[in-house]
Amino acid sequence: MDPRRSARTVSDPKVRQVGFFTPAAPPERSCSDPPRQQDLIQPQSPSSTQVNDHFRSGDSLSPVMIPPPPHHHSDTLHRTALQVTSPKTAFSYSARTVTIPTENDDVPSSLSPSRKVVAVKSPSSYPGVRASSVPASELTTVSVVNLPPGISEKAGGGASVEVQNDRPVRSKSLKEKTSKAERRAMQEAQRAAKAAAKAEGTKASSAATKVVTSANTKPSKAAKPSSQKNDGSQFAASEKKVGDRAPEKDRKKDAPHPRMQYDDTSRVEKAKKRAVVKQTEVRNRVELFRHLPQYEHGTQLPDLETKFFELDPMHPAVYKVGLQYLSGDIRGGNARCIAMFQAFKEAIKDYSTPPEKTLIRDLTARISSYVSFLIECRPLSVSMGNAIKFLKNQIAKLPLALSESEAKATLVSDIDRFINEKIIVAEKVIVKHAVTKIRDGDVLLTYGASSAVEMILLHAHELGKQFRVVVVDSRPKLEGQLLLRRLVRKGLSCTYTHVNAVSCIMQEVTRVFLGASSVLSNGTVYSRVGTACVAMVAHAFRVPVLVCCEAYKFHERVQLDSICFNELGNPDAISKVHGREDINYLDGFVNRENLQLLNLVYDATPSDYVSMIITDYGMIPPTSVPVIVREYRREHLWS
Amino acid sequence: MPDTQALVNDFISKLKKRKIEGSQATAKQTAELLRSVISQTRVPYTNQAAALIQSVKAVGERLIAANPVELAVGNVVRRVLHIIREEDLSLTTAAMAGLNLSAVSDDEDDADRDNQPVLSAAAIAAASRSTLRPPSLQTLLEDVPDSAAIPHTSSSGGDSEGKSKSADKSSRSRKLKHDVIEAVNELIQDISTCHEQIAEQAVEHIHQNEVILTLGSSRTVLEFLCAAKEKKRSFRVFVSEGAPRYQGHLLAKELVMRGLQTTLITDSAVFAMISRVNMVIVGAHAVMANGGVIAPVGLNMVALAAQKHAVPFVVLAGSHKLCPLYPHHPEVLLNELRSPSELLDFGEFSDCLDFGSGIGAPLLHVVNPTFDYVQPKLVSLFITDTGGHNPSYIGEMYRLFVVSACGEGMNFKSEIMRTNCIAEGNFVKSSIRMRGINFFGKLEDRKSQFFCGCGEM
Repeated sequence: MDPRRSARTVSDPKVRQVGFFTPAAPPERSCSDPPRQQDLIQPQSPSSTQVNDHFRSGDSLSPVMIPPPPHHHSDTLHRTALQVTSPKTAFSYSARTVTIPTENDDVPSSLSPSRKVVAVKSPSSYPGVRASSVPASELTTVSVVNLPPGISEKAGGGASVEVQNDRPVRSKSLKEKTSKAERRAMQEAQRAAKAAAKAEGTKASSAATKVVTSANTKPSKAAKPSSQKNDGSQFAASEKKVGDRAPEKDRKKDAPHPRMQYDDTSRVEKAKKRAVVKQTEVRNRVELFRHLPQYEHGTQLPDLETKFFELDPMHPAVYKVGLQYLSGDIRGGNARCIAMFQAFKEAIKDYSTPPEKTLIRDLTARISSYVSFLIECRPLSVSMGNAIKFLKNQIAKLPLALSESEAKATLVSDIDRFINEKIIVAEKVIVKHAVTKIRDGDVLLTYGASSAVEMILLHAHELGKQFRVVVVDSRPKLEGQLLLRRLVRKGLSCTYTHVNAVSCIMQEVTRVFLGASSVLSNGTVYSRVGTACVAMVAHAFRVPVLVCCEAYKFHERVQLDSICFNELGNPDAISKVHGREDINYLDGFVNRENLQLLNLVYDATPSDYVSMIITDYGMIPPTSVPVIVREYRREHLWS
Repeated sequence: MPDTQALVNDFISKLKKRKIEGSQATAKQTAELLRSVISQTRVPYTNQAAALIQSVKAVGERLIAANPVELAVGNVVRRVLHIIREEDLSLTTAAMAGLNLSAVSDDEDDADRDNQPVLSAAAIAAASRSTLRPPSLQTLLEDVPDSAAIPHTSSSGGDSEGKSKSADKSSRSRKLKHDVIEAVNELIQDISTCHEQIAEQAVEHIHQNEVILTLGSSRTVLEFLCAAKEKKRSFRVFVSEGAPRYQGHLLAKELVMRGLQTTLITDSAVFAMISRVNMVIVGAHAVMANGGVIAPVGLNMVALAAQKHAVPFVVLAGSHKLCPLYPHHPEVLLNELRSPSELLDFGEFSDCLDFGSGIGAPLLHVVNPTFDYVQPKLVSLFITDTGGHNPSYIGEMYRLFVVSACGEGMNFKSEIMRTNCIAEGNFVKSSIRMRGINFFGKLEDRKSQFFCGCGEM
């Protein structure tokens, strides 16, 4: 039990907006800059009660907070139930936001194809949330709306009850005692719900484990019996799962596997034998990054294209996505993940179990081969890794009794659900949260081109907020230019600069919004290279840094630096400067033995530079990332 | 003197168009220009120093105005002005002191830095000097504290000055200009050799297998690294390319040609790589009196990252980059904004750039600054041609420099050069010039010893 948590609970009992009170925050931050913090926490209203009202009124919007008194709690449940039945409230602006990519289609930029992929390939997934797949949308709303209280129970309720018992000396207000009692009541209610679920017999397994691990996402579980498509018939599977995870010590096995280390020659040789893509190693490898793949870029694409009709086991859709990864047509964590899932969906639709094989085993193997092909094209992003884990889990969970077509339909709908719930709707929720942090007169700085940040800026602009955007960019990708173009088209006032000038421009900036490729469980933000620089400078200038990241990108791995794990881009992109033919000093030197060109793709931002992470679960400090990771796993991988 | 005027105008237009790259080149050319200005200035029979100062000042003001961001111009102008004053002063005192040098230098030893005991004498001297020069010029050298200038004359009796002045007039008239030009020549020499003097110290700072990071390109840094390489140290260098000028590519090429293990990285990867770096070595544009650095854009980011990872941040700067100003000075706040075309392709963004909102203001701005200000607390060490210094020492060092600007560098190499000069028979003048520095404590011992050696010789 974390002692800091309970202490904080005591100090501010009523509303706990965790956003900016990171316990690890440097002390001078809180004392030297109180007005700014206050502003952040209370974007519109000066007094805390109003804030409370404000948050309560838009319940789906509320950040992590201590659960309200019991009657309120039941209120919230009612309200959420209402929202479940009427998803319109949650998606009120979805249609507007969705149209953005399609309007951009005429832009001849390299990113627009990827967006097009999203828009075209999943016509049902965007606005179709309401129309086509009603159960999925319900589900989405439930998880989105209901989970924040769930988390707060975890942090505030479950934890603090015990700690408070340990320390009766501390003077506590009466109110708090009641809240404690009410938390207990709530837990009781949850247990009752659980028991009810057990009695139903549908989810015996999950309930059993929840008892062990003090279930917190219970309301959401209870509210979505429809999510279990495999309702009555999967005793075999569920029993197996109980065996898998009931003992607490098995948790330890969940530690992430060590990744492939490319300086391990024997393993690399093995991998090469299996490889579809022929990779040639870069001549001058950077010594520090021996453990990462350093292959020549540009050679694989023509080779693969000629093999198009030879590659029998590869599904054409997967193949196409692989090529798009390779050529860089699809980039960005969300776009890549969606494209991959769309391809897998196609592959699953066309799949037929070979004779004398079981679908579960064979399909898993098939997916694995696809994944390894995609890895050869470009190393997986963390988001994709999580998505694949989800898919494999869904396959493994398929009841044996299901016919092939049913199983396939289940998987396809699972994939759709994941894309909808975890990416599209999650982004909308993030936008809703983040917009509350933008005020008139703000100068917002963003780095690179994050889809979430772009949606936030556009939405805030649509809401009529007056603000200015500083787009910071860096070589070699210059993604900021694409973002800049889209923002200017929409009429936002923008300032463009490069990453070196960030400390010159930071003086006038009031907020920094950053996207992330992943958030690791030690709070490290793993993102486009340069993000750490921007966050660091912002921290030095005492500007709050808000990281926008969907919860499915969270990962339980930890990382301290940007070297142990990273991705290396094309080194040739370093030696040539796009659009500047006069920079040709290195022509003819690229092959010199003592010159190495390092094109890092990601870097790791230490958590102390991050003021707040905005996810679909609410706004959290970086220290709370492990909670989200745990909740996410519980919800999606074990259920 | 039409030719000087033409030269000045030419130089000013070059400065305005930013045709001159790098502060070293600027400093050198400024000094050369001022030298020719001095040589062309017709000196009156009396009050030559004032005439020289006036002409240099007039030109200097125009030069500074031509490119206020290039602080090296102002630094050189200040130093030339100082040289003139010093020469004038030393000639005056030489005339008075006559030939009993040893006695005078002994007195100086006692006087040391502490000028309280001779303060009354100093006041007299100041009064007498104000008769020598117009009072308005007294305040010209605003950066040199009065206390530094006054005590030079403290040991000499102020009352005798008037007599000696008239006696030596004829010899002085020729000598002053000659001496000034010679001293400016030395200044030019100093500026052009500062690279070597800085590079000489490289082996003391770079050890085997070191990993060094630098950003952009600086000739000083290049020579520093190469000097260490020549001493058979093998180390690796990360070169950050330094957008938007990408001078890092140039540096990387030079380093590769000299056989150093070089890795070129993007500027955005600085934070990622700095955790594996042992030392950051960069050049500077100018060094402020508080130890802050005006540096190529991006270095503040590097400095912050270095601080985060406790990596030493070393700034190489020739003495012509030392500036007596403080960073709140408007000249310093002036950052130079370069063309947006370095960042955005006008062709690609032509539709956005002239996009007007209702007010008519463009929606898109491009910021492309040239310089960063790095706080002194982020700098671990300055390496100048006079050795390594802490940022807190820079202000003090500047005073040393300005005072010694009339010729003597503080390291022994230039001392030896000076010795040659003495050996050539210019004994009296040199000895007097030594007294100019004598005032400043630590140097004094070494120099007076050295001087004694010369005397014996």
